[in-house]
Amino acid sequence: MADKVKVGFLLLGGCAGCEMSVVDLSEKLVDALAHLEVVFWAPTAADVKYNDLEAMEDGFIDVAFVDGMVRLDEHIHMAKVMRKKAKTLIAFGVCAALGGTAGMSSLHSKEDLFAKAFKNTPTTDNPDGVYPQPSCLVDGKYDLTLPVYEDKVRTLNQIVDVDYYIGGCPPHHSHVGAAIGALLSGQMPPKGSWITNGKAVCDVCDRNPAKKGDNLSRAMVTKVLRTVDGTPDTDICLLQQGYICFGPITQGDCGGSCLNVNIPCRGCGGPIPGIEDYGAQALSSIASILKDDTVSAQLMEKYPNLAKFFYRYALPSGTLPKRM
Amino acid sequence: MEFVPNIIGFACQWCTYAGADLAGNLRCKYPPTVKLIKVPCSGRVKPEYVMEALANGADGVLVGGCHFGDCHYKDGNHKTKNRMDMLKVMLGDLGFDPRRFRREWISGAEGKKFAEVITDFTAELIELGPNPLKGGK
Ligand code: SF4
Ligand code: SF4
Ligand code: SF4
Repeated sequence: MADKVKVGFLLLGGCAGCEMSVVDLSEKLVDALAHLEVVFWAPTAADVKYNDLEAMEDGFIDVAFVDGMVRLDEHIHMAKVMRKKAKTLIAFGVCAALGGTAGMSSLHSKEDLFAKAFKNTPTTDNPDGVYPQPSCLVDGKYDLTLPVYEDKVRTLNQIVDVDYYIGGCPPHHSHVGAAIGALLSGQMPPKGSWITNGKAVCDVCDRNPAKKGDNLSRAMVTKVLRTVDGTPDTDICLLQQGYICFGPITQGDCGGSCLNVNIPCRGCGGPIPGIEDYGAQALSSIASILKDDTVSAQLMEKYPNLAKFFYRYALPSGTLPKRM
Repeated sequence: MEFVPNIIGFACQWCTYAGADLAGNLRCKYPPTVKLIKVPCSGRVKPEYVMEALANGADGVLVGGCHFGDCHYKDGNHKTKNRMDMLKVMLGDLGFDPRRFRREWISGAEGKKFAEVITDFTAELIELGPNPLKGGK
């Protein structure tokens, strides 16, 4: 048998949910391990340290899965190290690909974020406002350091070259399985592409009016509801009921997970091909199907921050936000 | 050196672009601050175009379309209104000064209005100063 494919996992600024999706493959993962050898998995699953990665030969890892966004100097450093050690590097999950939900924090100053996290939450008792510092001397002799907090969230491809992208927060485990299958069989799309089934969420959604031959399918949206406003009908397209859904512009590798539990798509799958700027396109697509300006006024009243609404998972990748 | 704003204008070929032409024919005076891009319809202007222009250092962006009822494609400008008005709000939510973006209805007969809009926008941009992202990428 040919040599096993050497894979590595590296978590940057994320929640490790993407890695849970790998674990969720369960028996399939066990089968795949006949062809894969995990040579690095930190800082979560394996008992390895960052300097073990640094010590590897360049190009030693065949495929690296990097999840999480980039906010600390440590993330920047480790992303660069992983890029050198890996022949193929995958931005794994929407945080790495587009910045993820944490990307919205770029709209707030570091001072505000630190005050919220380390001082003002109801369960925090920190009257002196002591914040984590990049370095501190303990007992006059231990020089301890913490990673430096950068000014904003960045996507992985703003730091290093990325070969492939996988969407999702986290990616659905079936999607991860399909991606690993594609890797092992060598059936990969051109470099720089998203690994996807190529369908929009609407394509995989059972509510899609076009699938029902419904002539309302081109009807304009006449009112805007938030998910807390009543309970949506479980059979009818959410957009047509007034619940703003990003299914039309989002990759549907999740199988429409949110629609299956009666909540609208918020775009974690990443943009369908051809869309450069997720938030700008979301605004454009949604604005175009609102019947008139009273409906758009209603949307703006219900969603008081449009940047956070349309760029929920993608702010750091936006044309304008990434330059700000 | 005195700051001369750089405005990128997207103008519908049926109305605002013709309005700009008329401003010229009427010899209206207005500052030479706008670089006009002719588009088939203001509904053709994607929010990305506006954001790209601002991201690359334009001091202001103008989208000009036909008055309601006059759209050559019936409802292109209704889409423009919804999109561009929401975009203006989103620019503010992103922390970018929304006054750097304007959406105006200017017909082919309103050469004078075109000149007034550019004069007024230029004055406002001079007050705001250069785009903080000047220099682009
Ligand atoms: S994409 Fe979602 S699941 Fe993955 S690290 Fe980011 S927040 Fe967690
Ligand atoms: S807009 Fe949402 S609810 Fe409607 S078909 Fe698409 S994914 Fe389904
Ligand atoms: S429906 Fe949309 S938000 Fe929900 S999991 Fe799928 S892509 Fe993500």
